[in-house]
Amino acid sequence: MEPLKLPPIDYAALLPMLILFGAACAGVLLEVLVPRRARNIAQLSLSLLAIVAALVAVIMERGTRTITIGGAVAVDGPTLFLQGSILVLGGVSMLLIGERSIERGGVFVSQAAVTVGSQKDMKQAGGQPGATEVYPLATFALGGMLLFVAANDLLTMFVALEVFSLPLYLLCALARRRRLLSQEAALKYFLLGSYASAFFLFGVAFIYGFAGGIQLSVVHDAVANPQRSQVLLYVGLGMVAIGLLFKAALAPFHVWTPDVYQGAPTPVTAFMAACTKVAAFGALLRVLYVAFEGVRWDFQPVLGSIAVLTMFTGAILAVTQTDLKRLLAYSSIANAGYLMVGVLALNDEGLSSTMFYLVAYGFSVLAAFAIISLVRDSDGEATHLSRWAGIGRKSPLLAGVFTLILLAFAGIPLTSGFTSKFAVFGAAFEGGQTWLVIFGVVTSMLLAFPYLRVVVLMWLSEPGESTPAVSIPGFLTSAVLALGLLVTVGLGVAPAPLIELTREAAQFVR
Amino acid sequence: MDLAVEFAPATGVLSNIWLLVAIPLASAAILLLLGKRADKWGHWLGVASVAASFVLGLIFFLNLSGLDPERRSAELSLWDFIVVGRLNVDFGLLFDPLAGVFVLLITGVGSLIHLYAVGYMEHDPGRRKFFAYFNLFVSAMLLLVLGNNYVMLYFGWEGVGLASYLLISFWYTKPSAATAGKKAFLMNRVGDAGLAIGIFLMFTELGSTQYDEVFNGVDSLAAGTILVMGVLLLLGACGKSGQFPLQAWLPDAMEGPTPVSALIHAATMVTAGVYLIARSNPIFSANTTLQLIVVSVGALTLLMGCLIGAAKDDIKRVLAWSTVSQIGYMFLGVGLGGGAYALAIIHLLAHGFFKANMFLGAGSVMHGMHDQVDIRRFGGLRKHMKITYFTFATGWLAIIGIPPLSGFFSKEPIIAAAFEREVAWQGWVFGTAALLGAGLTAFYMTRLFVLTFHGPARWTEDNQHPHESPAIMTIPLILLAAGSVGAGFLMSTSVPNWLTPVFGEQQAAPHGVLGDSGHTIVTVLSLLVTVLGAGLAWALFRNGTATEPQPAGVLVTAARRNLYTDAFNEAVFERPGIYLTRALVFLDNRGIDGLVNGLAAGVGGGSGRLRRLQTGFVRSYALSMLTGAMLVVGAFLAIQLGWLA
Repeated sequence: MEPLKLPPIDYAALLPMLILFGAACAGVLLEVLVPRRARNIAQLSLSLLAIVAALVAVIMERGTRTITIGGAVAVDGPTLFLQGSILVLGGVSMLLIGERSIERGGVFVSQAAVTVGSQKDMKQAGGQPGATEVYPLATFALGGMLLFVAANDLLTMFVALEVFSLPLYLLCALARRRRLLSQEAALKYFLLGSYASAFFLFGVAFIYGFAGGIQLSVVHDAVANPQRSQVLLYVGLGMVAIGLLFKAALAPFHVWTPDVYQGAPTPVTAFMAACTKVAAFGALLRVLYVAFEGVRWDFQPVLGSIAVLTMFTGAILAVTQTDLKRLLAYSSIANAGYLMVGVLALNDEGLSSTMFYLVAYGFSVLAAFAIISLVRDSDGEATHLSRWAGIGRKSPLLAGVFTLILLAFAGIPLTSGFTSKFAVFGAAFEGGQTWLVIFGVVTSMLLAFPYLRVVVLMWLSEPGESTPAVSIPGFLTSAVLALGLLVTVGLGVAPAPLIELTREAAQFVR
Repeated sequence: MDLAVEFAPATGVLSNIWLLVAIPLASAAILLLLGKRADKWGHWLGVASVAASFVLGLIFFLNLSGLDPERRSAELSLWDFIVVGRLNVDFGLLFDPLAGVFVLLITGVGSLIHLYAVGYMEHDPGRRKFFAYFNLFVSAMLLLVLGNNYVMLYFGWEGVGLASYLLISFWYTKPSAATAGKKAFLMNRVGDAGLAIGIFLMFTELGSTQYDEVFNGVDSLAAGTILVMGVLLLLGACGKSGQFPLQAWLPDAMEGPTPVSALIHAATMVTAGVYLIARSNPIFSANTTLQLIVVSVGALTLLMGCLIGAAKDDIKRVLAWSTVSQIGYMFLGVGLGGGAYALAIIHLLAHGFFKANMFLGAGSVMHGMHDQVDIRRFGGLRKHMKITYFTFATGWLAIIGIPPLSGFFSKEPIIAAAFEREVAWQGWVFGTAALLGAGLTAFYMTRLFVLTFHGPARWTEDNQHPHESPAIMTIPLILLAAGSVGAGFLMSTSVPNWLTPVFGEQQAAPHGVLGDSGHTIVTVLSLLVTVLGAGLAWALFRNGTATEPQPAGVLVTAARRNLYTDAFNEAVFERPGIYLTRALVFLDNRGIDGLVNGLAAGVGGGSGRLRRLQTGFVRSYALSMLTGAMLVVGAFLAIQLGWLA
């Protein structure tokens, strides 16, 4: 029997993930070791430190193009760019998660296991400090995402998927206010997520049956030179795609999104909207570009139809939403459709423009949710649209920032929304997917309506009795807002440096 | 005659001609930006800036006259204004003999009227703003005459239009003033659109809008193109100069303060059309049909102005219609072409003096009569305002053309030139029209003069104490009166030679329909009709007139109603325009909005229905995912099995 050989491991290339996983484990330990009063600051510092360290590691590895641990992990341009993006966006979301000054004890509940509505629950609602486990959980999720975009075989990808999904399910359940809604959201997310994971895993099995291997390069070779029935390939491709489309929230696998976005604590929603999206599309890009590029003519129309369906679903359903978080959820669904348009260009431009879009959208959406977390009344966030009437008269600065973000979502020039949409549509046009561009532009027009309705509501309506007060943002939220605004405008006015960066990174290793 | 037009570059002192435009513009900007802080001294800055421009203009003029006649021009290119593809518009100025006389007229008469306005507007709270607009006007007008290409001209053209609009509706709280401003603006737009299209045509046909390149390229154009281009320019000229068919705004423009009427709507801006045609003389001279059209417009307008002027009772409106009529003479002149270009410019200069003089005189009368404007309610004012009386008298004698006042030297040659058409019927028609116009002018101006200053006092308001205006108003009057008296003779001898570099050397005029001694005959005839008209008016109105409108015959009624031109405009343009607007609004509301709203309702309805799919139950979500999964996998299989391929 051949002795088991340890495959060579490039630790430097894996360093960002190792740092995060290590920090997450250390975070769990901190829960035990650090006294309760100091826990929050200690945990926040640890997570931020880990994120910064991982980011430094990513930057130091910027030239690396390698496949390591026996072909399980690929560290290449897209991996490093997406890891960097996830880390930056994750760091910004971590600021939101760490915000404690807006609500006593923070937006997270201290003991999620207590029955809702019980006497104990009443007591803890009064302002006991929120659970600090959110930091290690979020750090685990971030580590999983880093691995997800780097995974070079389908099983590693599945493991990474679970690694970042499970903490997210938990995080969703931790809202201090409206806990039932939050728990319901978490349960829904968990059930449907598991369901989708099952599809993914089943698909991996089919692919293995077809290609005799799970490494993306092996699949690629098998697609180019099929040895077994192609039914296996197509069923496998379809099911793997479903698992990824679920995470990316593409119709008809988007159904969880509005409920979860609404129920989850707003910082977690922001985290999901920004980072999960990057991770999901990162993996989707890698799978489609590296493994299945050979059957592009077959999956382009199918996934294209899904993109169109997604754009229409997001845009049309956004029109009648009355809750801001749900509205942003549908907007995020529609944006997933636009990202898919970029993905389906299936050329270098498509890769780079999708990555650009992910960063641009991530920053805008973080700022948007940061603003939502500021408009509150005694019951917590006032997310019903009617409560936002005339808020521009009361807090012009906040309403102004939100208007700008909404204009970016609507794709108005001089904002990142315009440049990023332009980039993906341009790439799809180059890639011969003009029909997707047409649908993209049509739905963009539809989608402008719900955004502008909010703008009109904020500025042109008289503030009513029920218009809630706007909290003064704490330092962390202010930082998020400032960053979001800066990037949204910066990428709108001078997108060239980032586009250049994405172009340089737009080459997968196989 | 060498056709090639070539301008010499500006050198020495002349390279500072941009100051002419910049000084009033800077003053306007200061007055507008400083706001109330400049209220105390703003008007003096306004006067000083125009006076400074006049002094500079005089220096430049003397410098220019020192140049060799062959190279008597100064072209100054400041910067590239518009560079797009083939279009290259220079922000450039041109100071040549034609621009020179205009600069002197604008800044000279302008300074006097600015000075007058200091007194006239003394009690108006908006005096500073008035002077800001007034300076803006002077600046734009100077740019108009100084530009070295048609785009610069258009720039100034729109600038004076803006200033005119602002100043007509200066007392914008008065509905009639606001309406008059709007009317002037709209009618000018019609003309401006013509001018703009004319310039576009120039660019497409000749690839340039620079004067020299356009003029040198005219020879290469087809006759039809020249005709169209000329008619478009003429439309612009008619709009700005209040010529038929765009004359209706000018009399209404008298709603503005009197100095505005004097400077903008008598002496300078309204003559911009004449300037445009004179400046474009290579285009207009190149096509006889075009010239015939210009002459016809001029002749028609001059008669129209006289007829209506004879029937009006508002002192400023009479003067306004007389302006329309006198500009008709100028159009007649520039339309006749050849030597008459210079005659038209001379008449323009002379008119600038005597008409500004009379307008300011009218302002002085109104000043002393509590803003009364109805000449039937004046009378006997000569005893009360001696200076105004004498200065107005010089203007009156000048406009009706009594030698040796300026009008005689400027108008009579135009009448003579009209008889000298090569085509006989044209000579008779236009000559007779011009001659008839002279008689009518004498009639209505004498009527105006006699009713205002002579005869019994018919003042209707109590406590009327007519008094002479202050010195700040009478001094400009005296200076302008001096110009009305003396300028004509000077100009008729020296200006034609001076303008030769612009209009070219003229051959001896052909003998017209009146034969060799035509000139003498015309002189005698025109003096005769003038004396006849004036005498008739004097006889009729020596003893005053009723203070209320009297029933009148068909012609007078028609003239009182502006020969029904307003009614015509209303019936032919305004009403259909309103109907068109309503139809478009209807189409927009029902058609386009309906479509848009229907689409929106459809999206909203679809959204509402789709929303129900989002039940909140995990089971239905899972079902929807399963359906999706089956569809996706099914689609892949269908492709693989070739069902969809």
